[in-house]
Amino acid sequence: MDFKRITIISGHYGSGKTNIAVSLSLDLKKQHENTAIADIDIVNPYFRTKDSEDLLNKNGIRLICSKYANSNVDIPALPQEMYAVTDDKTLYSILDVGGDERGALALGRLVPKIQQENNYEMIYVVNKYRPLTSTPESAIEVMTEIEQACRLKFTSIINNSNLGKETDTNTVLLSVPFVEEVAKRTGLPIAYTTVYKKLLPELEGKIKNLYPINLQKYM
Amino acid sequence: MADKVLMKGNEAIAEAAIIAGCRHYFGYPITPQTEIAAYMAKRMPKIGGVFLQAESEIAAINMVYGVSSTGKRVMTSSSSPGISLKGEGLSYLAGADLPALVINVQRGGPGLGGIQPSQSDYFQATKGGAHGDFHMIVLAPASVQEMAELTVKGFELADKYRMTSMILADGTMGQMMEPVSLDIPVEKSIEKPWAVTGTKMQRKHNIINSLFLKPEILEKTNYDRYQRYETIKQNEVRYEDYLMEDAEICIVAFGIAARVSKNAINEARKKGIKAGMIRPITLWPFPEKQIAKAAEKAKTFISVELSMGQMIEDIKLAVNGKADVTLCNRTGGMIPSPEQVLAAIEAAAEKGGNN
Repeated sequence: MDFKRITIISGHYGSGKTNIAVSLSLDLKKQHENTAIADIDIVNPYFRTKDSEDLLNKNGIRLICSKYANSNVDIPALPQEMYAVTDDKTLYSILDVGGDERGALALGRLVPKIQQENNYEMIYVVNKYRPLTSTPESAIEVMTEIEQACRLKFTSIINNSNLGKETDTNTVLLSVPFVEEVAKRTGLPIAYTTVYKKLLPELEGKIKNLYPINLQKYM
Repeated sequence: MADKVLMKGNEAIAEAAIIAGCRHYFGYPITPQTEIAAYMAKRMPKIGGVFLQAESEIAAINMVYGVSSTGKRVMTSSSSPGISLKGEGLSYLAGADLPALVINVQRGGPGLGGIQPSQSDYFQATKGGAHGDFHMIVLAPASVQEMAELTVKGFELADKYRMTSMILADGTMGQMMEPVSLDIPVEKSIEKPWAVTGTKMQRKHNIINSLFLKPEILEKTNYDRYQRYETIKQNEVRYEDYLMEDAEICIVAFGIAARVSKNAINEARKKGIKAGMIRPITLWPFPEKQIAKAAEKAKTFISVELSMGQMIEDIKLAVNGKADVTLCNRTGGMIPSPEQVLAAIEAAAEKGGNN
């Protein structure tokens, strides 16, 4: 991916945003020295970008997140440091936004500056196997709600359709017509279709723009 | 495969409730169960159901009382501190013999405690949960699939026995995502001749009440209710056996602790230690007969819990002095690691396993 200065990752909660945001930040680091990942998820205090702190540190990626992340302080606090994303023009960053329209509200305050600079990508992460985004209609409904809440339009889609540890090649293949329909109706390009690394050899050549990721572990 | 969806435990509970015919949900947000309310808020309006965010947990449980009185399937959900607030309502539901499903996605306590997973509401759930002589049927899921299936089962049992069923989950179970099949059979809801549905001038009016003016009558309702509890103890105990045929060390664990323990048991077996597990699926009624039977062979029981040791008391009662009972625990939002459980198994094997 050719990164814009700001890459915003948003979608339905549980769509795999944080996993993808962390993965993309590693790619970003290969292209730009001064990189950050900013966790502005005010919705879910359970799974945070901070879980990947060691990996990010090791790769020299700056982590911008609430100092209360992964603590027992359950408040929707935003880090003041997040203004670096818009104000430091030498910084390339990934913005990990909270789920649904409620999470996108937090993005709103950065939007005027993002629009002014106009050097951003906003990616809609979608998983066909999530019950509330399982049809093109419902997936687009969630997408529209997010756009209305943060007042910014998506520019591309990442198809992250998976069934966790039960994902096989068929799971991924069956999701392609779904995401193509979402792309057709919204006019947005499909940036990537994600695939677990072990399934990559079987799917290569069958789906365009495959993006290998690791299975997220919950235990 | 294609009929499966990827769900959080909390979402699975919400969708399964809808499958079971629940069209009334009253809640109040609290981590780590808020997705139940968020899911209901999105789904209920689309299917003609009611989602209502009450002004408090106390209001929500009393709305449950009202809807249950009319014979409809109804649910509320919360996490530990919120369940304490619902206590009075739980007791009133029991006193009025009203069916309801209450979800507790536990977090660390006591007090405001923390937001990370815990199982320290075991006493509260299994010994009544509030004032007065009563029990709730307590179901402990150990996978997202079970979160869905036991939600349906919880409604059925509640209706069958006119009492509250509680799903006792924890933060991890609520937040973790797993593939789920929602093809769950639902028992047709049973007749509720006691419900307040309007007499249409054709029958005597029904009264839903938990106040009894005569102590003799109140005593009789308590005895009647406990007779029903005996039937439940006979018929509704659910549990899973894991490698128990030849087990000398028996782990007893539920929910997330059982998942961790299974990994530890597999490792112990590789080392030649005969370990197994009884996983209670109903915490009340507790599988006491099954544990008593296992105590005829097993030398040591290990209670693996995310608490300071609560279920261990029920294990000791069931074992009745026939074997050692030890505790392997973490608390405050921490989860025992498979290594910690394995170490407890190895310690037990060293002490008593010189066969």
